[in-house]
Amino acid sequence: MPHITPSLTSAPTRTGGVVTARGLTKRYGDFTAVDGIDFEVAPGESFGFLGPNGAGKSTTMSMIGGVLTRTGGELNVMGLDPDREGPRVRAHLGVVPQQDNLDEEIKVRDNLYVYGRYFGLKRAYLKPKIDELLDFAQLTDKAGERVDALSGGMKRRLTIARSLVNDPQILLLDEPTTGLDPQARHILWDRLFRLKEQGTTLLVTTHFMDEAEQLCDRLIVVDHGRIMAEGSPSELIRDYSTREVLEVRFGSDANAAAAQTLKGLGERQEILADRILIYAGDGEAALAQVLARGLTPVASLVRRSSLEDVFLHLTGRSLVD
Amino acid sequence: MTQARLAVELVPESRPFGALYGRNITAVMQRSWMATKNATWVVIVSGFLEPVLYLASMGYGLGAAIGTVQGPGGVPMSYAAYIAPALLATSAMNGALYDSNNMFFKLNHSKLYRVMLYTSLGPLDVAIGEIIMALLRGLLYALGFMSIAALAGLITSPWALLMIPGAVLIAFSFASLFMGCITFIKRFQQLDWINMLTMPMFLFSATFFPLSVYPQAVQVVIQALPLWHGVDMLRQFAAGQVDSSVLVHLAYFVVMALLGITLATGRLRKLFLR
Repeated sequence: MPHITPSLTSAPTRTGGVVTARGLTKRYGDFTAVDGIDFEVAPGESFGFLGPNGAGKSTTMSMIGGVLTRTGGELNVMGLDPDREGPRVRAHLGVVPQQDNLDEEIKVRDNLYVYGRYFGLKRAYLKPKIDELLDFAQLTDKAGERVDALSGGMKRRLTIARSLVNDPQILLLDEPTTGLDPQARHILWDRLFRLKEQGTTLLVTTHFMDEAEQLCDRLIVVDHGRIMAEGSPSELIRDYSTREVLEVRFGSDANAAAAQTLKGLGERQEILADRILIYAGDGEAALAQVLARGLTPVASLVRRSSLEDVFLHLTGRSLVD
Repeated sequence: MTQARLAVELVPESRPFGALYGRNITAVMQRSWMATKNATWVVIVSGFLEPVLYLASMGYGLGAAIGTVQGPGGVPMSYAAYIAPALLATSAMNGALYDSNNMFFKLNHSKLYRVMLYTSLGPLDVAIGEIIMALLRGLLYALGFMSIAALAGLITSPWALLMIPGAVLIAFSFASLFMGCITFIKRFQQLDWINMLTMPMFLFSATFFPLSVYPQAVQVVIQALPLWHGVDMLRQFAAGQVDSSVLVHLAYFVVMALLGITLATGRLRKLFLR
């Protein structure tokens, strides 16, 4: 949890963060999508919401954009309350939604132009800006194409370029690389990294560990609308996992029996349907002990701990199920 | 950097209805125009052809058998001249219906309205911008149809020029109401519900024969429906026989348009800015 100075009574208009949430809550009837979360995002920071589908990540994003009213708590974006000043808040934001919603009825360049017009931007500003954004998104030679002629990765880049047309101070990215092939993901990460270097604050939701590790300075792990942990990727791994992990497989029916024999090995174990994870400072040493106990795994792998392990430890569940 | 300058220029000031209206209707219209330029012109031409073909078939084909009929105020007129204003009113309605189908697509499939509302635009900008574009198209059809009618010698009174703004008002009212209704529809098939209302309205709103053929009870029902008001109004203009009932027709459409816009704006807000 972040440490907060207790000055909540006199409604501060601006704290150190570009986005500040205190006890942020969203309920739909009996269902609580976001359950009183606190966080603060510093200017220029790249901040992640990591959690499985349905954890309340997108709901939080929508509340920040002022397109979903909160049920309770406080929320402050660039010194403004999104519930009351939606259009003003959105003028500062770039939004990259989970699913591309480009305008398929108009051309690539026109998508950027019209979107700028929605913000009331003038043609004289937009013309050079669009050239710059097409170049940034590596779509200059596609400017005159129809949107449906673009590949998935290109559409995603166009969506990001579109979100930058109003020079936003904060970029909201909801699952930015879901559904993209590995090459397209790396191109996209590179583009986002450049934005970060230019000082844009990034708010990223993701259920991909590698994405969180690539993009986020700091993140909160959310599950069932609550914050389970907060920190940088390396801090989280240090605090909630061991340095290395040994993965052993004994075949679907043999895992449970093998787990009996492996009791007490390593600092902690997770028995999954298809494999057993043994958390230990030294994975190779742990593997030697497995063999010493007379077990011969079908397959074994020693790797570094990742955020996936952090999540597994915190929630007892795997992220992608 | 340009960041600071932009931030000032971009951020709309706080004002009443700030969440509803971003004073930027032209951006919505501009987008619509770009999409129209990319669309197939066949659809647009077909909308223009429909009333012309009806006029040719019913007006001249059937009209040859019917001969002269009594228009508003007992004025004798050819059958073609009698149905021409009714066909124009109907095409204004059908144009709005076609646009409402597009609106349904933008609402549920392309998510265009959601995108728009996640910017500095408000629901009122979106609703009015879309409706104005529907109206401009109505104007285009009205001008086209009037030219044909004039060439065919069906325009005999200077009053008939009022059919053009009249048709635009009809298109405007229908487009507003349809847009409001479309926000309740979730599946493509449900669009046929609106069709099931417009088709009988087209056939029975004194389009092809006078209202007096019906028993009193049926007349009351038809007079409550919008298309009859459109047909009667345009027919009075066409014949140059205008009485005070036109004011009722005008009021009917103004109220219908206001209701439609209020409904559409409220629904867009409810759907996207919860």
